[in-house]
Amino acid sequence: MTKAFPGVLANDSIDLKIRPGEIHALLGENGAGKSTLVKMIYGILKPDAGTILFNGRQVEIESPARARELGIAMVFQHFSLFDSLSVVENISLGMNKVVDLQKLANEITEVSKRYGLPLDPKRHVYTLSVGERQRIEIVRCLLQEPRLLVMDEPTSVLTPQEVKKLFLTLNRLAEEGLGILYISHKLDEIKELCHQATILRLGKRIGIVDVDDESTSSLANMMMGDELEKNDRHHTPVTGAIRLQVNRLNMPAKDSTSISLSNINLDVRAGEIVGIAGVAGNGQDELLKALNGERCAPEAASIIIDNQPAGKLGPNPRRRAGLASVPEKRLGHGAIPDMDLVDNAFMTGFYRMGLLAKGIINYPKTRIFAQKVITDFSVKTSGSSVPAESLSGGNLQKFIIGRELSQHPEILIVSQPTWGVDAGAAQTIHRSLRQLATQGAAILVISQDLDELMAMSDRIGAICGGRLSPLYPTAKMTVEKVGLLMAGVALEEGAADVASVS
Amino acid sequence: MDLFIPALLTIITAATPLLFAALGEMVTEKSGVLNLGVEGMMVMGAIVGFVAEYYSGSATMAIVASILAGAAMAAIFALLVLEFHASQVPTGLALTIFGIGLSALVGQSMIGIAYEGLPKISIPVLSSIPVIGPLLFQQDFLVYLSIVMVAAIHYFLNKTRAGLILRAVGDSHDAAHAMGYSVVKIRFMAILFGGAMAGLSGAYLSLAYSPMWIEQMTAGRGWIALALVVFACWRTLRVLLGAYLFGGISILQLHAQALGIGIPSQVMSMLPYLATIFVLVIISRDVSKIKLNAPASLGRAFHPSR
Repeated sequence: MTKAFPGVLANDSIDLKIRPGEIHALLGENGAGKSTLVKMIYGILKPDAGTILFNGRQVEIESPARARELGIAMVFQHFSLFDSLSVVENISLGMNKVVDLQKLANEITEVSKRYGLPLDPKRHVYTLSVGERQRIEIVRCLLQEPRLLVMDEPTSVLTPQEVKKLFLTLNRLAEEGLGILYISHKLDEIKELCHQATILRLGKRIGIVDVDDESTSSLANMMMGDELEKNDRHHTPVTGAIRLQVNRLNMPAKDSTSISLSNINLDVRAGEIVGIAGVAGNGQDELLKALNGERCAPEAASIIIDNQPAGKLGPNPRRRAGLASVPEKRLGHGAIPDMDLVDNAFMTGFYRMGLLAKGIINYPKTRIFAQKVITDFSVKTSGSSVPAESLSGGNLQKFIIGRELSQHPEILIVSQPTWGVDAGAAQTIHRSLRQLATQGAAILVISQDLDELMAMSDRIGAICGGRLSPLYPTAKMTVEKVGLLMAGVALEEGAADVASVS
Repeated sequence: MDLFIPALLTIITAATPLLFAALGEMVTEKSGVLNLGVEGMMVMGAIVGFVAEYYSGSATMAIVASILAGAAMAAIFALLVLEFHASQVPTGLALTIFGIGLSALVGQSMIGIAYEGLPKISIPVLSSIPVIGPLLFQQDFLVYLSIVMVAAIHYFLNKTRAGLILRAVGDSHDAAHAMGYSVVKIRFMAILFGGAMAGLSGAYLSLAYSPMWIEQMTAGRGWIALALVVFACWRTLRVLLGAYLFGGISILQLHAQALGIGIPSQVMSMLPYLATIFVLVIISRDVSKIKLNAPASLGRAFHPSR
């Protein structure tokens, strides 16, 4: 398959073969051409050259409807769901044939029971968590009895327990003869789940390998083209001064779709990275907003920045006090989509970088700042004057994180630092965060990616239903234990003792 | 009683044009498009219907011509907004201004011509029921049609697959596109339907409500219809309720004046808008209500490349 976009050859004669019953990994960095290839398979993009054979027959897949008709189903990374519609209505929209909604609701319940994917067909999507939304996508695919299932980074939103369940489901589907194309940048998962892997780099196919014959590092090498370095982590407790302290923070929910925070206690020391795990929709967003000042706390003393009560301060005063933040949602929260990178750099950098003089923007200086972020964090863009929305997700994330890191904040709150970012960029981001901590900053990382938190944080806790677990030294924790915390289960006496001793 | 029945009758006639226009606009908005050109499409429907009646002498021809005029105006809007990605708000405003100007030009020679109005259709038996018989079952064709449209649109949006797809497109055009639904085609149809309904509303004004042509005879009803859609939270049955409520208020205003009640008529004409602002504030307080009913993509341009 070949597909060119203006200025870039996204797919350069790529070959891909998937057998029935096989779980096939598609590996590659951001911009390697994975989504382009998948979009052609699912009929969203039209290939410039190349042929697709399905069950030995050459086919033209001119639309997603045609793909579904052939038996190709897809779970998108960004869910294609309609918030205002119910689960059953959403699912019926993805089906080719017209079905009776009541009958479909029964089928949904049946399939969700059979594959361990609990789902209430009558619920409206906007009330569901990200994990539940993904289940809708999977159930929708399964209902069509597909021959080939394409999954785009499906585990990024799930707890380790949920991931295990999903893998059981996928293995079972493969045993029933379904071919699965599994796109992920998590090499451990690919090792555990997949049989074969096709590796893409810069639009070209690097190779096809049997996963069992490879190690995660050899897979990573093929994907990246150079050796990845191992993350380091402190094994001794950090003893710097406490820079950020949260005492008994309570925050009522703003509306029925948000979570209320109750009795949050945490502290982050200078030079320390604290990780907060949790399944999406358990109060992460609310916690970030409470900490960065988007919502003020009822009591000033419940949030203390460098020994000063800061609970009543808004975002800009908190920035002045040295607290920077990176929200989970990039477009519209972390960056303004229609504004160019220079303006977006100004939005949070004006105070610490001295970009504003008597109410007048110093554009030459702002441009230099934006350009520095682009260069230092190798953001792939044609320049600093392009709108933020024209950048790919991973590149925009690099820009936003780089913008905050370049200001050398004393405290950094960052949510989902590497969501949807390829391994190379993730490594850059991790390294810069670690470096910032070494320089004496206190860093709080809120993430659903447990591997990331285990690799980089000094202490770790989990948020569940708006309550934060105690923080434990990461060196003494396992993925399973954090998984329990994520599910809101308190650790047994023994584990808690270990934590308090240390 | 002698005053009561005529008052109720006039409420029906005042509500019907609002109902047509608001229903059409609701369907357009449900697909994610905000067409502020209702007033312009309506006034074009009014004049074209009147001209068609004058030259053909046929009420049916007149109504069909009105529908086509409204739809043609909507097609201009659809082309600009969907094909050329023009911003919806200014395009809609321009459509209104254009419609008012063009209708005045077309209607120059029609001023002062009278028409006896659409024939009333009595439904046998039912119309002889005392009091409510003449009220409900001795109306013209368009009044009956407006009620039928309420039921048909309610059924279409909530019970049919096509209606579900329309709502889905209005909720998230990107997701709909990814699933292989043609966002542009669906929105085009929805805009055309909205225009046709606005045309019907205009036909009712110039053929039944006050059967003659006066410049700008829509007198702001297009704007009330727009407000009505929000007032009704994009729900069909509430549009019906709202149309009769707003219709009632405008009639009340006339009667209040006639009876010398000391409320300035301007206050009464403000009422529909005040009520809409009030409802907007109320529904804005409850996020789940908005998420459930308001089309999330309303007014957003759709670029399939992204």
